[in-house]
Amino acid sequence: MIYSNNATLLRRELITKLAKLFIEGDIKDIDRIPLQIAPRNSVPIRGSIAKDRAILKYMLMALLGYNISDEEDELMTLAEYAKKSLENHNPGKNILTVVDEACSSCIKTNYIVTNLCRGCVARPCTLNCPRHAISFIGGRAKINTDLCVNCGKCMEVCPYHAIVYVPVPCEESCPVKAISKDENGIEHIDNDKCIHCGKCILACPFGAIMAKSQIIKILKRIKTPNEKVIALVAPSIIGQFKASLPSILEGIKRIGFDKVIEVADAAVTVAENETEEFLERMEKGDDFMTTSCCPAYTELVKKHVPQIQKNVSNTRSPMHFSAKYAKEHFPEYSTVFIGPCIAKQFEGIYDECVDNVMNFEELGSLFIAMNIDVSKIDAPEKISNESEIGRWFAASGGVSNAIAATITDPSMVKGLKINGINKKTANLLKIYSKKCPGNFIEVMACEGGCIAGPVTVCNPKVADKQLKKFFEDNKK
Amino acid sequence: MEKKIEIKICIGTLCYVMGGSELQLLAEHLPEKFKKRVDIIGSTCLDYCLDQEKYGKAPFVEINGEVMAEASINKVIDYLIKKY
Repeated sequence: MIYSNNATLLRRELITKLAKLFIEGDIKDIDRIPLQIAPRNSVPIRGSIAKDRAILKYMLMALLGYNISDEEDELMTLAEYAKKSLENHNPGKNILTVVDEACSSCIKTNYIVTNLCRGCVARPCTLNCPRHAISFIGGRAKINTDLCVNCGKCMEVCPYHAIVYVPVPCEESCPVKAISKDENGIEHIDNDKCIHCGKCILACPFGAIMAKSQIIKILKRIKTPNEKVIALVAPSIIGQFKASLPSILEGIKRIGFDKVIEVADAAVTVAENETEEFLERMEKGDDFMTTSCCPAYTELVKKHVPQIQKNVSNTRSPMHFSAKYAKEHFPEYSTVFIGPCIAKQFEGIYDECVDNVMNFEELGSLFIAMNIDVSKIDAPEKISNESEIGRWFAASGGVSNAIAATITDPSMVKGLKINGINKKTANLLKIYSKKCPGNFIEVMACEGGCIAGPVTVCNPKVADKQLKKFFEDNKK
Repeated sequence: MEKKIEIKICIGTLCYVMGGSELQLLAEHLPEKFKKRVDIIGSTCLDYCLDQEKYGKAPFVEINGEVMAEASINKVIDYLIKKY
């Protein structure tokens, strides 16, 4: 399956252009980007060039760190937003924002009557509709979207299969029903329910859902002469680019980071602490323990399965340990975590040791903006194996494996894995809260683990292959 | 014997980030009749990205020396079927 679609690529193009302008000192020209991407006389994608440009403007607004709903004055330019963002704009505590101009293209109810409707005499659709939402106009059934409650009975009973289910991709992808339409038909994210997993970003075919970026704040840190910045790079970086790990880390340095640390180093500590905690909890008689490294999962527990909150490991995430290490050893440095994840951005807001969070998509775009080709960087091929088990955290099953490798008696661990949070697995967790068939549950929100995160650059299948190859080669 | 076809996939960072990573799966998607004829080579940046006006957008591949812009697995396979 093709992973990177045109909506994703457009976002990467925008990040690249934005970064380039900033680096060249021309951020004041940011309002020209929509004009460059959608020039006069080009073929519009969404009906008109004006609409295309408006959407590009709002996407850039999110990349500058704003909620689209923050807009008070439609005439405020991107240059002004950029200026404010670089001064002291507080982006708030939510991560995802809906580009309303780009949304609204989806249907209001999930069921529509196709022209296969024969207008039969029996009309079981009208008879079975509990809300009397179906009437006949011109000899054909029509669903009144104001009355329809999406029960699907009409589809079930139509003898001609003339009624079809049409999904709303973002709503379909959300594991916790946090996204739904407002009175204008535009999607709205309920922050009391949202777990920041980022699945809706990938799902929306119109690219209407954006994560608020910190990219220009990070660039500003890097470019400030007296400020020193450490990059904390997530284990899932392995396999993201067609280059060796040392070359990628060297590439990150060339962006302007003063130091680059692998978060895998800290993940080893996490594995050790979790193992110790696991043993203590088993001694104490706990039913099971569950992992705490995936921030979308910990949000899921907090907001939707609070009954297992007590079972979540108290060990903080590898990102935290890595940032804490950095702050202890290099107190004058700022810390920027670089990962595949939207939820880490949220976790970063509350972590006292993490100053900013950037994702792999932004990293890749930065490489392009700065003409850094990691595939051409010669760096020493051999790397230390010390953090090997920490690097396992990158893929589903990795945390379980790391615990099994750390514990003295692996037969004590009766592990369960939830590889990807969706509506089904979220329910499964509720069942586990009553009766759990194992004593250690590893949960990763993304199917495949962090390498398949919502803001990565590499096709997850390719990333998985490359990660496996890395471990193979490193064994030798 | 039929002539070999050489496909160079650009693995430069720009191509890779702009959708080129997908092309790493080309080998497993090739139709049977091409599997033995095609040599897939990963190449460092082919420099087509330097002139977007002339060559178009990334990702790029070269098929027997001919450049293809905005390359995808399907586009490459269609091209092979038409031409070879």
